[in-house]
Amino acid sequence: MPSVSMTVNGKKASGAVEPRTLLVQFLRETLSLTGTHVGCDTSQCGACVVHVNGDSVKSCTMLAVQAEGADVVTIEGLAKGDVLHPMQAAFREHHGLQCGYCTPGMVMSALDLVKHNKSPSEQQIREWLEGNICRCTGYHNIVKAIKAGAEAMAK
Amino acid sequence: MYDFQYHKAKNVAEAASLVGNASDGKLVAGGMTLIPTLKQRLAKPSDLVDLGGIAELKGIKKDGNAIVIGAMTRHIEVAESAEVKKAIPALADLAMHIGDPAVRNRGTLGGSISNNDPAADYPAGVVALNATVITNKRKIEADKFFKGMFETALEPGEIVTAVSFPIPDKAAYMKFPNPASRYAVVGVFVAKAKDGVRVAITGAGPSVFRQKDMEAALSKNFSADAIKSVVQKPDGLNADIHASAEYRAHLVGVMAKRAVQAAG
Repeated sequence: MPSVSMTVNGKKASGAVEPRTLLVQFLRETLSLTGTHVGCDTSQCGACVVHVNGDSVKSCTMLAVQAEGADVVTIEGLAKGDVLHPMQAAFREHHGLQCGYCTPGMVMSALDLVKHNKSPSEQQIREWLEGNICRCTGYHNIVKAIKAGAEAMAK
Repeated sequence: MYDFQYHKAKNVAEAASLVGNASDGKLVAGGMTLIPTLKQRLAKPSDLVDLGGIAELKGIKKDGNAIVIGAMTRHIEVAESAEVKKAIPALADLAMHIGDPAVRNRGTLGGSISNNDPAADYPAGVVALNATVITNKRKIEADKFFKGMFETALEPGEIVTAVSFPIPDKAAYMKFPNPASRYAVVGVFVAKAKDGVRVAITGAGPSVFRQKDMEAALSKNFSADAIKSVVQKPDGLNADIHASAEYRAHLVGVMAKRAVQAAG
């Protein structure tokens, strides 16, 4: 089996994988980073969004071997010890979740939005979330949380 | 997903040789269509040759009166390119509305046109702008590149390296997206250039096609009024659970008028 090495949440990570192993399987099953979820497994729902070299990607639609040498950040890589990232704190403050299944992907997508647009409008946030589905339909508070998170990050 | 051998090519020549020497080799660009296809076991390649590490396939540059975009340039890079936004804003707009942000961060121009999904956005831009597809073997005119549903003029082992888009006088792309997938139910790209007006339709038929009655009318008078009496026949158009052929035919007219208005 080929081996793959990458940086995950700032730490070197490597393992032997079949070429067909998906990035999300490597993260969850090899590295036990189960914060990244698999929802639809058909690249539509966005529960599996992580950052690869700074860009949001659906980790169920990328092979682990394609991330060779990449810098990967998952939801586990955001908080500093016990201090939540401002976007995570905003999701908690604004109750931007119901069941929480989509939340890791929502937070990672939100951070990619803020990278492109430091002060997104409600409309821009809603458009950006077209690749993230909340099965509880809790979008209203998710959008509020992202707006507040972006504002907190700008401070 | 069935198992396969994975290769990361260092350059185009190596990619061509790797895919040529495999018993059933497949190229992977961004993988936004191929990986879901593999996951559904709809394809069983022996080897996957990844173009993701080939620097020569990436980038956007102005070359005379054209914008040349490398095949492995991602949709987000086209959408945000100052060069593309200045020269062909309609193309940047098209790229900005493909799929969703995570798809735009991986999906590529070369992958999209080589796959030639009947509902993909880029084929409409390539045909309406009268672009030239550049491969590792030759140059192919847009009108000769797209052959049919998921079918192109590419030969086995032939790799798209770039697409050269002549800069039009004005252009616009309007699509009626499927609300779930964001693929075009119907998308219309209208471009007015020195040598005339071209109208390319995606989503409606088995492959991108030109609406020549609209082109003739718009060449005389570039206004939405000029095409209001042009009838798109539903014969041969796609019909599925999302839209009947008649509805798609109707949308061709609506989206074309909106595109002409947007082009100004």
